[in-house]
Amino acid sequence: MAIEVRIPTILRSFTGGAKSVEGSGDTIDALLTDLDSRHAGLRGRLVDDSGLRRFVNVYLNDEDVRFLGGLSAPVKDGDTVTVLPAVAGGMR
Amino acid sequence: MLTIPRDLLDRIIAHARADHPDEACGVLAGPAGSDRPERFVAMTNAERSPTFYRFDSMEQLAVWREMDDRDEEPVVIYHSHTATEAYPSRTDISYAMEPAAHYLLVSTREPEEEEVRSFRIIDGVVTEEQVQVTESLVE
Repeated sequence: MAIEVRIPTILRSFTGGAKSVEGSGDTIDALLTDLDSRHAGLRGRLVDDSGLRRFVNVYLNDEDVRFLGGLSAPVKDGDTVTVLPAVAGGMR
Repeated sequence: MLTIPRDLLDRIIAHARADHPDEACGVLAGPAGSDRPERFVAMTNAERSPTFYRFDSMEQLAVWREMDDRDEEPVVIYHSHTATEAYPSRTDISYAMEPAAHYLLVSTREPEEEEVRSFRIIDGVVTEEQVQVTESLVE
């Protein structure tokens, strides 16, 4: 079972420079844990104790996983997960 | 140093003025590795706030995919401050995660004054850079 995960430039230090990697799992949570077993530290950049970090966007196919249940969103073979750094900021 | 064509800079300033008093944001895309901004993409500020901006996540996915397809990258990431100077705030610095991008800030606090500054933000370190405005791409 393989799910393609597309990695942004800023996190490619965890994937040996690869733009995409493959993983497995039934949920986003399980997938990120699986990825972390081969790309140590990657999960910690995406997730903290309260869930997905606000600095990143994680998409399942064409949808923001925040609208699909976050870490518990179900995933399956053939899905594509895309990670992008959130672009945000402001006066304070 | 950021080298930016006059027409692209004018479009950024016009976007910032139009959205004032809310913060405006967007990107200038350019060929990957070129450091040359060529294509103006205004983004929706999902926060619609005078003190905060965030790219709408679905719009960002579409724009980032389009850049990928065209072999482009975000050369410039711009946003406006509407009541303070054009200098990165602590929030700006904590969110800055594109080490190759020029972070362009526009302040719209003075209606008649053009206040534009550009920065690199890498690992939380802000470095201001010169902005060189060149002739427009399209006359």
